[in-house]
Amino acid sequence: MILAIASGKGGTGKTTVACNLAAALEHPVVLADCDVEEPNAHLFLKPQWDHTVPVTVDVPVIDAEKCTLCGACQDLCRFKAIAVLPETVLAFPELCHSCGGCALVCPAEAISWGSRQIGERRTGRRGSILFVNGTLRIGEAMAPPLIRNVRRAASEIPQCAVMVVDAPPGTSCPVVASLWGADYVLLVTEPTPFGLNDLALAVAAVRRMGIPCGLVVNRCDIGDDRIRDFARRENLPILLEIPFDRKVAEHYAQGRLLVEVFPEWKEMMQRLYDAVTRELKQARSGAIPGGRASVPEMREVSA
Amino acid sequence: MRELVVISGKGGTGKTSLVAAFAALAGKVVLCDADVDAADLHLVTRPRILETHDFVSGHDAQINLERCTRCGLCRKWCRFNAIDEAFRVEPLLCEGCGVCAHLCPDRAVDFFEKTCGLWHVSETAYGPMVHARLGIAEENSGKLVALVRREARRLAESRHIDLILTDGPPGVGCPVIASMGNADAVLVVAEPTVTGRHDMERVLALAGHFRVPAAVCVNKWDVHPQEAHRIAQETCARGAAFLGFIPFDPLVTRSQVDGRSLVDYGETPVVRSIQEVWNGLKALLENLECGVPKPVEQSPRGMGTAQA
Repeated sequence: MILAIASGKGGTGKTTVACNLAAALEHPVVLADCDVEEPNAHLFLKPQWDHTVPVTVDVPVIDAEKCTLCGACQDLCRFKAIAVLPETVLAFPELCHSCGGCALVCPAEAISWGSRQIGERRTGRRGSILFVNGTLRIGEAMAPPLIRNVRRAASEIPQCAVMVVDAPPGTSCPVVASLWGADYVLLVTEPTPFGLNDLALAVAAVRRMGIPCGLVVNRCDIGDDRIRDFARRENLPILLEIPFDRKVAEHYAQGRLLVEVFPEWKEMMQRLYDAVTRELKQARSGAIPGGRASVPEMREVSA
Repeated sequence: MRELVVISGKGGTGKTSLVAAFAALAGKVVLCDADVDAADLHLVTRPRILETHDFVSGHDAQINLERCTRCGLCRKWCRFNAIDEAFRVEPLLCEGCGVCAHLCPDRAVDFFEKTCGLWHVSETAYGPMVHARLGIAEENSGKLVALVRREARRLAESRHIDLILTDGPPGVGCPVIASMGNADAVLVVAEPTVTGRHDMERVLALAGHFRVPAAVCVNKWDVHPQEAHRIAQETCARGAAFLGFIPFDPLVTRSQVDGRSLVDYGETPVVRSIQEVWNGLKALLENLECGVPKPVEQSPRGMGTAQA
C-alpha cells in the first residue's frame, strides 16, 4: 500500500503524521520524503545514512560541427531552451524539460544527451523504517523530476508492504508528482479558514487524481467548526483529531519523535493506520463516493 | 517603488497573517498574493474583486482517435508516460512539450493552449490587491507568480503607491524563485523549531543565490526560546538583518476565524512585536541604496517587549 500524507496548506503537521505513523508501525515500512524543496522528515527520524546519489535530468548537447543551424530544434522546443542564431546555436539547460524532442527532429543527428544535476537523493534506515529523501539544489526550479526519482527509488526497495509518502504543500505539479499512484491520501489540516480554504483545493486535486482520501484534523480545538461541516458535506471521513498541546509543540520543536515521548501518540498512530486500512478496503469495494469509482466520469469531463 | 516579498521556506509559519498585519500598519500598499497554489490572503483582507482574467499558459495534447492509426510512436517518444494504451493523453502527466503533436505521422494530435487558472485585481481597505487561483493540480505556477507580480507593479506605478507587499509561497522551488526575482528585499518568517531553522537556512541561501537582501523574524518564538535565539544568531552570521521575535498568541487564529486583521484587536503584545518588525523593515527598505543591503540591527532584540 502506498499511503501519501498531503495537506494543501503548509505547516499543518504532514511530516509529524508521516514520521510518527511510520515509527508506530510494527512491520517494515518505507518512508519517502517527497518535499524535496524543504525536506524535514530526516530531522525527526535521524536515520543512519546509507547512500547519497546525485540526481540529474537529461539535457541536450549540440555538436557544433554537425549542426547545420536549420532551426528545427528551436521550432519544436516549447520551453525556449534552444536558440538558433545566425552563426551558432545555444542551449539553455536550466529551461529544458528533457522531453527529447530536439534530438528526434534534428536532421543532422547533432544532438546527444548530457546531464544536469538538480539535487540529490539519500537513503538511510532507522529500525524497521527504510528512508528515502530528495534535496533540491538551491536555485533549482524543477522539483517534479527529483520527486519522481525519490518515488521510484522508494518503490524499488524490496520486501516492504507499506510506503508512506510525505508530500509537499500546495496543489500543483510537485503534489501531483508525489501523490501519483498512491492508494490512499491522508490530508492533514487544521480547523482555521486558511486550513479549510487550502483543504478544499487539496481535496479537489486528490479527487482529480482518483485517489480516496480521509482527514486528520490537527490542533482540532484552535479554530471553528467549518472544517467539520465541510467534511460532512463532502463525505470525507475524519480519521483522527489531534488537540493542541503546548508540550507536544515543544517536543516537536526540538525534533523529537512524538511516539517515543508520549505513549498515547503511538497508540493514536496505530489507530490511524487501522482506520486507513479499513477505509481503503471500503474504497476498493466502491463503497466510498469520491474514491476510485469517480475517475472515469472526471476523465470524460476533462477530455 | 519598493517590493517586499514575505517567504518562509517551511509552510504555516505565519506569512499571510503577517502580510495582512503589515498592510494595516503601512496604510497604503499594493498587496500581491504570490502563493498561487494555496492563496489565502484574500481571507483576511476582504477584497472586492474588480477584474477577473483567465491565466492561459502552456499546452495540453489530445489525440484525435479518428485520425490515430495506433502506430504507437507517440507512446514511444513521450518521456512523461502521459499516453495510455488506449491512446488517451492524461492531462495530469502531460508536460505540454508537443513532441507527439509535432511528430505524429498522421497529424492526429491536437495541441491546445490551456487555461490553467484565474487572476484578479481587487480593492481592499489597504489598497489594491492582485491575487490568483491556479487551476486544480495545474502547472506553470511560476509563470502565474510572475504575472501577478507584474500586475502589482503596474498598479503601483499607475496609482503612485510606493510599496508592494507580496505574500510568497513556501518552499525554494519554481514559484519561490519566481516570487523573488528583482524583489527589493525578502522577509523570511521563521519558526523556532528544528525544521523551521533548517528551512529558513535553505531559503536564506536561495535569497543569497539571487542576491536579494534578506531579513528574518521569528514567529511563535516562545514555543522554543533557545531555537529562536539560534535562528537570530544564524541570521546575523549569514549577513541578513534580524528584525525581531513575535510571541505565540491564539489571537492570530482568532483574527483568521473572524476574517480580520490582527491590528483591529488593539495594541496587544503580538501587535506591538509585529509593529517593531515592521519598523525594522521600513528602515531596511529605506536603506537599500544602490542595491547594497544595510542590516538595521545586528543583535537579536524584541525578546523583552514580546513578553506577554
